[in-house]
Amino acid sequence: MDVWSTIFSFQDYGELVVLVQNSIWAGAVLGIVGGLIGPFVVARNMPFAVHGISELSFAGASASLLLGVNVVTGSLVGSVIAALLIGLLGTKARDRNSIIAVLMPFGLGLGILCLALYKGRAANKFGLLTGQIVSVDNPQLTFLIVVAAIVVATLLVIWRPLMFSSVDPDVAAAAGVPVRTLAIVFMLVLGLATAVSVQIVGALLVLSLLVTPAAAALRLSSHPVVVPVLSTVFAVTSVVGGILLALGGGLPISPYVTTISFVIWVVCRIVGGRRDARGRDRIADREQPRPAAPRLQTDDPAGTDADRREGATA
Amino acid sequence: MAAGEHRRDLGGAPEVTATPISERTATATVGGGSAVLTLRDAGLSYGARALWSHLDLDLAPGEFVAVLGPNGAGKTSLLRTVLGQQRLTAGSMSFLGQPVRRGHRKIGYIPQQRLMDAGTPLRARDMVAQGVTGSRWGVLPASRAERARIDRILDEVGATAFADAPVAELSGGEQQRTRVGQAIAADPALLLCDEPLISLDLRHQRGVTELIDRQRRQRDAAVLFVTHDVNPILDVVDRVLYIAGGRFRIGAPDEVLRADVLSDLYGTPVDVVRTMGRIVIVGANEAHDQTGAHHHCDADPHASAPDEGRI
Repeated sequence: MDVWSTIFSFQDYGELVVLVQNSIWAGAVLGIVGGLIGPFVVARNMPFAVHGISELSFAGASASLLLGVNVVTGSLVGSVIAALLIGLLGTKARDRNSIIAVLMPFGLGLGILCLALYKGRAANKFGLLTGQIVSVDNPQLTFLIVVAAIVVATLLVIWRPLMFSSVDPDVAAAAGVPVRTLAIVFMLVLGLATAVSVQIVGALLVLSLLVTPAAAALRLSSHPVVVPVLSTVFAVTSVVGGILLALGGGLPISPYVTTISFVIWVVCRIVGGRRDARGRDRIADREQPRPAAPRLQTDDPAGTDADRREGATA
Repeated sequence: MAAGEHRRDLGGAPEVTATPISERTATATVGGGSAVLTLRDAGLSYGARALWSHLDLDLAPGEFVAVLGPNGAGKTSLLRTVLGQQRLTAGSMSFLGQPVRRGHRKIGYIPQQRLMDAGTPLRARDMVAQGVTGSRWGVLPASRAERARIDRILDEVGATAFADAPVAELSGGEQQRTRVGQAIAADPALLLCDEPLISLDLRHQRGVTELIDRQRRQRDAAVLFVTHDVNPILDVVDRVLYIAGGRFRIGAPDEVLRADVLSDLYGTPVDVVRTMGRIVIVGANEAHDQTGAHHHCDADPHASAPDEGRI
């Protein structure tokens, strides 16, 4: 019972909400950023990159904590450097993953070193990794909103070519889309988005904001407008809901945010599973135009393989 | 017709330019007009290894040329040079009378079928739309005329039934139909096809071939079609470019797909058997191995695919 009252406590709730209204605004803004960038992260197969960038962002933030400079700037510098390194060195998925795997522990180690040397309050240290309701002051909120606005504006401008080059890089390049430039621009934007997300949910849990809502939305729809809208709604719900629930208990915000976002994903997966089954039925219908067609003509892998071997000549 | 259709054309660049006429360019061009794609003494090599050299080719509007040859012969690399993604190491190449540059709206590209990830936020309709608006900045929705055009193309390629299905849910054949639609959406002068029939069953191979053939006739678009198996497209091919062992032959299928010609090309006895309306090349695989020309990995990204086809 004691644990539950710690997790969900709503004493003096109204006053608390007023106190942290800046945080709530910040959470909503981050939700929009995460929701819009998420579908690209999934389409470009980059969730691991997000995780890698956030660890370097953590290193930057803890270094600036140690040096006594602005923590937000530090995390921004760390994640932009990481994003550019990943973008420039890892053009192929396999290269990219090993580069991230090399950078990530290094960043984490560096961050831990800086935190160990830091003599200040321990709550700040923990917060960088797992998130916190820092009372976001007005300059900080302005800063977050400016960075978020840059991210969203850039995404809106490059939306179509970026989606084209994300799902079909070869065809997009053939059509004259500047695929490589877009990849670097996207990494920069992803670096900015990660850095601001680290401020609220912490370095370890950024994925719950930049990937989970989009993954959930993609279970429900493939519509190019519906997916980002749903993913934004899910992300905003997770962050703002998480902050509101976390208020009373004095616990870190991240478990609330990640849990809401995970529950949304589970629900979407269950609903989406039914949709997939219907889709498979429709394929089967389309692929069987002649009811009397022999079973062998369907698209089962073994069948096509045999067809190919048999038909392949010249 | 959509208003913006030719908007992105080469700013009124002259389509008709005097192309030098080469003795070596074999067959007379079909249309008699200027060539869509012109290669002069073109060569491509990786270090010391020449994939092909002294290649002259004039691709006429509406002409269908199949590019054949063993893995690693440089078929896909040829397409990459046309797309401007790889430079020729010798000679020159021009598209619509202008030097080749990286990416071109008037080139439609149809790649191999590959499974789309379940997390791809596109429907078949959106894939075709990418051919129309995919390289446009900003998020303004497509115009009414463009949407009508997308609907028309979906109908032309027989994709209306699955237009609103997620691309990850499409069968291989449906996906390739959609890709043909995507490629023709910008009304291209040249269709580059890189093994578009691979991993399709025979029925879909036939369907997609008919589709590409009909489109090039309707739109007078030239087709450069890389394949390891000429049989599915034998009825529609005008000329064959056969590349092997650093050399090539070009001409009508009957002139090139002959035992004497291919034996000369491979430098070892090769037999061409015609049976049941199909062409089977016997011994090419072994010849290919003997000549040691299988530095697959660096030359041809598809070389890791099993060497099916050459029986």
